[in-house]
Amino acid sequence: MRIFDPHIHMTSRTTDDYERMAAAGVRAVVEPAFWLGQPRTGVQSFVDYFDSLIGWEPFRAGQFGVRHHATVALNPKEANDPRCRPVLDVLPRYLDKDGVVAVGEIGYDAMTPAEDAALAGQLALAVAHDLPALVHTPHRDKARGVERTLAVVAESGIAPGRVLIDHLNEVTVDLVRDTGCWLGFSIYPETKMSPPRMVELLKAYGTERMLVNSAADWGRSDPLLTRATGEAMLDAGFDADDVDRVLWRNPVEFYGQSGRLDLTDLEDPAATFAGNSILRGGA
Amino acid sequence: MTPDRLRAALRGVPDPQWLDAALRRVATEPAAIPRYFAAAARRCGRGPVPDPPGWTVDEAARALLLTALPGGHATVAETLYREGDAAEKRAVLRALPLLPIGAECVPLLHDAIRTNDTRLVAAALGPYARHLEQPAWRQAVLKCVFAGVPLAVVDGLPDRADGELAQMLAAYAAERHAAGRAMPADATDLLDRLTTTTEA
Ligand SMILES: [Zn+2]
Repeated sequence: MRIFDPHIHMTSRTTDDYERMAAAGVRAVVEPAFWLGQPRTGVQSFVDYFDSLIGWEPFRAGQFGVRHHATVALNPKEANDPRCRPVLDVLPRYLDKDGVVAVGEIGYDAMTPAEDAALAGQLALAVAHDLPALVHTPHRDKARGVERTLAVVAESGIAPGRVLIDHLNEVTVDLVRDTGCWLGFSIYPETKMSPPRMVELLKAYGTERMLVNSAADWGRSDPLLTRATGEAMLDAGFDADDVDRVLWRNPVEFYGQSGRLDLTDLEDPAATFAGNSILRGGA
Repeated sequence: MTPDRLRAALRGVPDPQWLDAALRRVATEPAAIPRYFAAAARRCGRGPVPDPPGWTVDEAARALLLTALPGGHATVAETLYREGDAAEKRAVLRALPLLPIGAECVPLLHDAIRTNDTRLVAAALGPYARHLEQPAWRQAVLKCVFAGVPLAVVDGLPDRADGELAQMLAAYAAERHAAGRAMPADATDLLDRLTTTTEA
């Protein structure tokens, strides 16, 4: 089973996770820029974080044979802090980088006017840089948040096929299914979505434009739930090709629209430097 | 290494017009370089070039873009390094010996050597490292041994390796030996050579 996790915050995870993910078949990931749990107080903290997403983290992932790409954005929570809003001015430089395959995570947290402005402005950046957009949907007031998100997406003029609406569930899936946007589902140990519920959704809605991610971060989460979902699909009668479509081909197709997805040589078990393994401790 | 040799190496890129246009534009409008520099790998490729050995297409294309600047090479190199992803940083480091600059860019070597990205450490030890102070250079060589970077990447190693480096390598070999771990063969060879020379 080859797995592409289209939404996982590896910066918050350990090398043990990378090892277990690689062993479970995870060969590629996309790490969206997001909130770090601790609020940031200025632009420079974001610059260092974005640099790590296109510098150190892809190198770290490569040591375990996992290909790492990123999405970059000002997240909705911190869009509300005037000290962080100038992040929007440094984004264009990052949106030119090879490892950046979408604008994201953008979207709503508390649906404030500041979030409106950041969402619309960053969708415009996605259009200007010819990139897809990864849109997070809010945890509270979810259905109305999804409706408002879809309205702003439609207004922005970005092609729906270049937008991924994430963290959907049984209640919000119908709102998105016929919009032409891609549908993302985050499989969590307790909240959001579980592998058996995901399988039911795939039975009801099919595998087209459906993406499954672990959204693993610094909270209670599990980077192997993509694999668990693939196994639950097989147990429920889906075949290996269905699983490959959901867990590999769909994310490749979505992020491939950036023209920047680099999946060459993924068959190599581990990154090597001129034939020498680089799996070593810190210097 | 010369710009002409890099240019010859890039004859086979999929879209030579893009690269030619980029080089012309950068020559007259240096402020345009960041976007070309960022896009060079996806436009030109990332594989190794047949010649010169050890160079990749993206490194060669980016180095060529830097050499095409009409002036201000050190300042632009520093900005592209500071604002670059890992591959862009690596390309700047590899380009440094080709640029009409003095020792102004040594801080970039220090930065690269401090990282844990072995590709950056290796790229910092090319011909431009002749500007690097000897203590920092020795530390960088030792870091290569520590991190498993082949010593073949260190430009001018036989001439520059000294008794102090031999002592550091010997101490590190003892530490490895105590831990039941072998030294990389190239480091053992270097240590043998240095010890023989010192005793002779
Ligand atoms: Zn997330």
